[in-house]
Amino acid sequence: MPDKKPLILQASDISIVFGGLRAVSDFSCELHENELVGLIGPNGAGKTTVFNMLSGIYTPTEGQISFWDRNGKICNINRKNPAQLNKIGIARTFQNIRLFGQMTVSDNVRVAIHSRRTVTPLDVVFRTPRFRRDETIMTEQVEELLSLFRIIGKKDELAKNLPYGEQRKLEIVRAIAANPTLLLLDEPAAGMNPQETVELMNLIAFIREKFHLTILLIEHDMRLVMGICERIIVLDYGKIIAEGNPADIRSNPQVIKAYLGQEALNA
Amino acid sequence: MKNKILRNMLIPGLCAVAAVGIPAILINFSIIDAYTAQILTLAGINSIMALSVNIICGITGQLSLGQAGFMAIGAYSTVLLSTNASLPLPVSIIVAGAITAVFGFIIGFPTLKLEGDYLAIVTLGFGEIIRVLLVNFKGWTGGPNGKQFPTILTLNPAVAYLAIIGVLALLVILVQNFIRSTYGRAIIAVREDEIAANSSGIGVFRYKMIGFVIASFVAGVGGALYAPFIGFIKPDMASFTRSIDYLIYVVLGGMGSTTGSILASFVLTSLQEFLRFLQNYRLLFYPVILILVMQFRPQGLLGTKEFSFVKTWDGIPGFIDRVMHAGKKPDSSNTREEKNA
Repeated sequence: MPDKKPLILQASDISIVFGGLRAVSDFSCELHENELVGLIGPNGAGKTTVFNMLSGIYTPTEGQISFWDRNGKICNINRKNPAQLNKIGIARTFQNIRLFGQMTVSDNVRVAIHSRRTVTPLDVVFRTPRFRRDETIMTEQVEELLSLFRIIGKKDELAKNLPYGEQRKLEIVRAIAANPTLLLLDEPAAGMNPQETVELMNLIAFIREKFHLTILLIEHDMRLVMGICERIIVLDYGKIIAEGNPADIRSNPQVIKAYLGQEALNA
Repeated sequence: MKNKILRNMLIPGLCAVAAVGIPAILINFSIIDAYTAQILTLAGINSIMALSVNIICGITGQLSLGQAGFMAIGAYSTVLLSTNASLPLPVSIIVAGAITAVFGFIIGFPTLKLEGDYLAIVTLGFGEIIRVLLVNFKGWTGGPNGKQFPTILTLNPAVAYLAIIGVLALLVILVQNFIRSTYGRAIIAVREDEIAANSSGIGVFRYKMIGFVIASFVAGVGGALYAPFIGFIKPDMASFTRSIDYLIYVVLGGMGSTTGSILASFVLTSLQEFLRFLQNYRLLFYPVILILVMQFRPQGLLGTKEFSFVKTWDGIPGFIDRVMHAGKKPDSSNTREEKNA
């Protein structure tokens, strides 16, 4: 695929084996700066496994993942853990929302900027001026993000008490607070009604421009995927069966077969 | 803004000074008798232990069943440092805390990397190992007979109260400052969801370790104060049942609530002593209280909330307005000192 923009992530022939099961095999993809790519496929196709490898939760059995950080330096991220990847610029959300339920909305976001702290343990234990400065800066950053996503009104509520849609939103805010260059969204529209899905589409388009992000998203909602993705990768039984722009994917016989079965194709 | 920071420091600070100072003076002039003073001071030690258990179980979310083992290390370290190395008592207490923290690091290193309840099993074994070692290293520890260690804390109840409740207040303030910071939030995030915390840039192992080492240090200081206060140490103090006692304080007070744990320590320690007239029937109260709390308030007395002096202070005028007679101030003999944000 011709593209003038620089590469940000390159996975070449990555596979992962669990016991005897080859969950993902020979997955390759390239993500370019500020691109929005969709990863789709039937249930159990291995989409989330791919995400887990890209975000450091699983280590691929074979293959190589490279990532270009903020300064354009190339890193081999195969063996890096999620925390390290978060620091060099890969943030993600989860399919089944994983918030810090007993913490407030603003504290959830503060956790993500912990790695940018300027205080030492001594500063916090003795409440030095540096501690107060650091807290003020953090509060400003968090509140700016929360107002941008219009959940500032709930900043002191416990995360577990938020309605479903806002929990999903908060997870995205938390991911963005880490100041990533690559954002991985795992089924952001799951459980949302059509109207919320449209809002989410706008939100994703907005954050991509605002924070100059590269986004890879897993989604089942075809309207969302076809509506905003420039490029789509289709996965079935752990293998890529198609890749291309939304129009190509929609008419690709292999994709139709994977989703609707052989009969649909014959009909 | 400046004013608010000052207020938030002053009110809990004054309450802490009052909780430490006033009873100490009363004890000194024998208005509080030596027996009651002894119980309050013992409750102070138990509170330090509950603080330790709360840090590891309530805040860090890792079950430890061996805090009494760490306490014993602290106690024996102080005794050995004071008698053999003839260090002054305050220095040996701090060094004993540090030694215990090192033990915490050694125990935590292989176990905190694993997920699940491995820490509980390993710390359970650790406590027993310490007990057996203390019994068998007779030359250093005095074996099963233990060791005498009379100090000024044993002889003067006012000094003992002042020192032990003072250290408790100091530890609570320092620990609360740490928990209510970006580091504390990182530790709580690990408790809430390890995977999400890790994906948000928090090194899970590192922050579990920080929590565990701090808890070990606090337990070590608790033991280091226990030895000179009681004036006698024996290997039994590392036993499993002691660890469970401290865990019960935290469960009753509310996992994750520092003030709740301390409140429960004071209530349960006093109850055990003041119910002595019931003879052996008093032992029934413990399980009954436990069952009642678990039935009607499974999250513990305070849940994860903290008692706030500043909010209580602000609430007093309104309280007086509502009820015509004087509003009740927080009991000054209690040590629910709290650094409030």
